[in-house]
Amino acid sequence: MNKRRPYVRPMDGWWRRNPFFIEYMVHEGTALFVAAYAGILLNGLLHLSRGEAAWNVWLDGLKNPWYIGFHLLALVAISYHTYTWFKIMPRTMPPVIVGGKRLADGAITGGGLAVAAAASLVLLAAVWGMAR
Amino acid sequence: MSENQRTIEIEVLRYHPEKDQVPYQQVFQVPFTDDMSVLQGVQYIKDYLDGSLSFRWSCRMAICGSCGMMINGEPHLSCETFLRDYYPARVRVEALAHFPIERDLVINMEGFIAKLESIQPYIIPKEERTLAQGEYLQTPEQLKVYEQFSSCINCMLCYAACPQFGLNPEFIGPGAMALLHRYNVDSRDGGKAERMELVSSEEGVFHCTAVGYCSEVCPKHVDPANAVNQNKTNAAADYFLRFLAPKGGAK
Repeated sequence: MNKRRPYVRPMDGWWRRNPFFIEYMVHEGTALFVAAYAGILLNGLLHLSRGEAAWNVWLDGLKNPWYIGFHLLALVAISYHTYTWFKIMPRTMPPVIVGGKRLADGAITGGGLAVAAAASLVLLAAVWGMAR
Repeated sequence: MSENQRTIEIEVLRYHPEKDQVPYQQVFQVPFTDDMSVLQGVQYIKDYLDGSLSFRWSCRMAICGSCGMMINGEPHLSCETFLRDYYPARVRVEALAHFPIERDLVINMEGFIAKLESIQPYIIPKEERTLAQGEYLQTPEQLKVYEQFSSCINCMLCYAACPQFGLNPEFIGPGAMALLHRYNVDSRDGGKAERMELVSSEEGVFHCTAVGYCSEVCPKHVDPANAVNQNKTNAAADYFLRFLAPKGGAK
């Protein structure tokens, strides 16, 4: 008789087993803030399409301290999401060869973060200019 | 043993299929010296404390890939992990995660071997050459493209690090995909179209959610996550380009 009886361990709570997995769930979780923020902007667009009065209702809503608090929270979450996005980037793309040598992971991550920061600043300046 | 000998507790996850319904922990008091690896610790248990303890090992120098274990919950080669780094705390040793336990620290690797076979881990020559025509030549630049991925020793630590493999054992997984990539990008190889069908299949690369832990634990710096993710791009390119240039299953 075959005495083999391979035991399969359960996967319940797998993401709590290793700090690396917890961090993974946190950075994946921050994507929900990106989605939530897109929802807020779409809601604003919907109000805009209903005329000036509706638009002003949405704008006034934004001044609520809870809403401002959420914006700050979303900013932190989205910043962290951006950081982890570019941190994993070197693992997700083909090697970049510069001058016969492979571009270091740090250069790819740093370059990505610099571009993201520059794009955010340009956008902020443009919106600021239009609002004045 | 030398005079600076100390005693450490090693907690081992035991499982004997003929008598145990589920695995259980057993703690052993193991005398050790600074130069002793976790592998030597479990060897001490087998030699002096309990001869029924089962585990795999061979080279003792991180090249055969046999002695992978979960050590305090992290996948490591036990031969290059040292007891001194855990002392005075207890060391927890368990069979590689995500694989069925055959007995004690021995996992069932049949699924992995089948995956390894399925990727055709050998060069499928682009052009047949006779002996008289000589060897297949390659430049150092062409070697560099795949060299890192050829360092895999099939230790399966990356599978023990991959929750997606744990959740879907059908997933071809990081190690086999790194080897698949190694042959696909070899300038002498012509088997890419055949292997891409596996890359794009249900068991293929899209199970991966870029956790990235596989590359962290790889003892040979293969970076299997990179192989998997490059092939997501390749599979997507194949999907869209088939409309322009049909090949393989899309023909």
